[in-house]
Amino acid sequence: MSKQENSFIGWIDERFPMTATWRAHLSEYYAPKNFNFWYYFGSLAMLVLVNQLITGIFLTMSYKPDASLAFSSVEYIMRDVNFGWLIRYMHSTGASMFFVVVYLHMFRGMMYGSYRKPRELLWLIGMAIFFVLMSLAFTGYILPWGQMSYWGAQVIVSMFGAIPFIGETLSNWILGDFMLSDAALNRFFAYHVVTLPLLIIVLVFVHIIALHEVGSNNPDGIEIKSNKDPKTGIPVDGIPFHPYYSVKDIVGVVGFLIVFCGIIFFVPEMGGYFLEHNNFIPANTLQTPDHIAPVWYFTPYYSMLRAVTVNFLGVDAKLWGVILMAGSVLIFSFLPWLDRSPVKSIRYKGPIFKFALTLFVISFFVLGWLGTKAPTPLYTLLAQIFTVIYFAFFILMPWYSKIDKTKPEPKRVTK
Amino acid sequence: MADSIGEMNSRRRFLVLATSVAGGVAAVAVATPFMLYMMPSERAKAAGAPVEVDISKLEPGMLLMVEWRGKVVWVLRRTLEMLENLKKLNDQLADPTSEKNQQPLYAKNETRSIKPEILVVEGVCTHLGCSPVFRKDIAPADLGPDWLGGFFCPCHGSKFDLAGRVYKNVPAPTNLVVPSHVYLSENRLLIGSESKESV
Amino acid sequence: MRLIKFLLFFISLAPIIVFAATDIELDKAPIDTSDNASLQRGAQSFVNYCLTCHGASYMRYNRHQDIGLSNQDISERLIHTGQKVGDMMFTAIRKNEAEESFGVVPPDLSVIARSRGADWLYTYLRSFYRDESSSSGWNNLIFDRVAMPHVLYQLQGQQVLITKSANSEKGTPEIKELKLSVPGLLSKEEYDNFVTDLVNYMVYLGEPHANYRKKLGAIVLIFLLSMLGLTYLLKREYWRDVH
Repeated sequence: MSKQENSFIGWIDERFPMTATWRAHLSEYYAPKNFNFWYYFGSLAMLVLVNQLITGIFLTMSYKPDASLAFSSVEYIMRDVNFGWLIRYMHSTGASMFFVVVYLHMFRGMMYGSYRKPRELLWLIGMAIFFVLMSLAFTGYILPWGQMSYWGAQVIVSMFGAIPFIGETLSNWILGDFMLSDAALNRFFAYHVVTLPLLIIVLVFVHIIALHEVGSNNPDGIEIKSNKDPKTGIPVDGIPFHPYYSVKDIVGVVGFLIVFCGIIFFVPEMGGYFLEHNNFIPANTLQTPDHIAPVWYFTPYYSMLRAVTVNFLGVDAKLWGVILMAGSVLIFSFLPWLDRSPVKSIRYKGPIFKFALTLFVISFFVLGWLGTKAPTPLYTLLAQIFTVIYFAFFILMPWYSKIDKTKPEPKRVTK
Repeated sequence: MADSIGEMNSRRRFLVLATSVAGGVAAVAVATPFMLYMMPSERAKAAGAPVEVDISKLEPGMLLMVEWRGKVVWVLRRTLEMLENLKKLNDQLADPTSEKNQQPLYAKNETRSIKPEILVVEGVCTHLGCSPVFRKDIAPADLGPDWLGGFFCPCHGSKFDLAGRVYKNVPAPTNLVVPSHVYLSENRLLIGSESKESV
Repeated sequence: MRLIKFLLFFISLAPIIVFAATDIELDKAPIDTSDNASLQRGAQSFVNYCLTCHGASYMRYNRHQDIGLSNQDISERLIHTGQKVGDMMFTAIRKNEAEESFGVVPPDLSVIARSRGADWLYTYLRSFYRDESSSSGWNNLIFDRVAMPHVLYQLQGQQVLITKSANSEKGTPEIKELKLSVPGLLSKEEYDNFVTDLVNYMVYLGEPHANYRKKLGAIVLIFLLSMLGLTYLLKREYWRDVH
């Protein structure tokens, strides 16, 4: 690829840095050679994003954002449009799998300290993507206009009403009406298909640019750039992304597609977790279903919203719930400054961190499970206990990460 | 790390080729449902289903308008005089023997119809899609003394005879389209049936 | 990594915990959506008994080609209202009339099997009992005060509710049981089969493409599995460079 001045590619390169971009981001972008299983999920998140964009465009062709037509237009897609069922299931399964992949991607970052210096901004951009993703999921879930769409949205929008002084005006402004109605459905549709996809595309682009600036972390949490071959200037533990990680990621993609297609073709409702049973009932503004729960990926936060049952510090329980829920998501953003350990990776961190992270993951699952259940006094107590554990993981981190007994980091990456 | 970064050996070449071919197959397979998604849906097909017409009350010289797939279809019972007149026009027409494929095979005849007296034709001008006007009056002032009855398109002045055949020297290039149709019985006409099965 | 193993173990347990708690005991519906004969019987019963008050307004009649009926069969056997085969299965009753007779508009049944589930429908249709205190004269064991009368009582007969106070020490207050008081045209077994066909049909109705979906899925998975082998070989070949 050196003597191409007179070729077609050369013609382009004089006008657009095509070869240079290819080199900088693929064939001469050096990634640590010790990536493991957990490093598939970044590229898989890209795959799911593309899936959502393409299937979403097609669904938009047949969907009607109108309170009186939305539900039946979804059934129209499922029954009358050629392969509409497949494209709808690809989109609905993709939504859930997006969260599966992103949660694993984030967990990878937490295990190997990928948020630590110099990747703080990379982590923050990632958090911004996560917020946009949650907004996309929320606005998208409203569109089928079933019972869960309606009452789920009702609950979320009511949270804004908890904000003092401006709450009611704010929720009217969000809804464009005095209740959840056609006006809200129509504008949430606009956010879901235009605003938020644009935002997420820009943010993902920025995320990758930032990643390629600082370089990838790895399971050992050491900087491969600090050990370069003096002759070539290439990190000795680095290998070009292309072809090595492109061929490896393809294996990951096919493996993922097996799971993804398994769900789409055999269990598209995923036992009521990906498509909730009550959402096959058209929205009824006068009758709340017996039991409402958000889709599984929101249930941990939903549990924390419900966990606060007492007023304190002069703020009522409802507002505390909202604060806690917002905090439970936002607090991830502070990880780069909460972690004071001398090492990045869990491989060299001490027993306290391992214990804390395990406890955190357990609390995330338990809260998630509780969020699918109707609240009983026992469940509420459990939710309160695990909410405390969830927050303690973050708030106590500056302390326990410092006193923890760490192992020395190696000079070179290990297998 | 080896010195042979990205070096192509024959095994590599084969595997890259095989994966590319399999990936290409997958891409086509994935694209297929997306392309089919954009074809008419079952709703459109149901709305475009064949239309049954009862022609028992259609008097000679009368025109019946039927809607099929959002288009107007004319059913005209021609009088004997009208049928006689068709033969006189051949030299004024662009395609008097219906050589161009604008009709099913069973309507590729002198009268462009299954039964000689019944004309079934789409009322859509083959020029730019306006709907021509039925003018059965003979030699009116505006259409000249040679007019023996036919269809006149008000948009751009195309002229067709009572078999839907286009005149020479008008903007419309071809004869009017005869839709597929079938007689279920003496007086029951089914317009738009592809085959006898799809009743 | 012990931590990961532990987490995976925990994740694998989660569904068991989640599905453990069920309040009402539902009978398992012995359905088979690949059984066209059963689906056709179910479709017949559905148009005869359900469609009078309930619509299935997202379903086209000609879709029943899926279950082995020709358009002619459909117009002869399923359509009683002079509709065309391309039309939706609308109900004959008007909304306001229905509301006058039952107090509520009977829900559309197109996707009822997806919201309620087959087992619920199977149990529900077999759990009506005589209750003079309700306006329709009927009640249902798993849907208290349901507005719908027992449309199939001539087939099933009439059941009555028997409440036994359980005299165990643990204090389970009462056991509710249904007993046939007036026999119907069908025996219990025949009626259960009748309901099975009907529920089978409603499951099909909820997702008419389901059988095709699974067939297509098998092909897709076979392709992907072979693709996995191929891409793995490719990866391994390139990674021989990396030491």
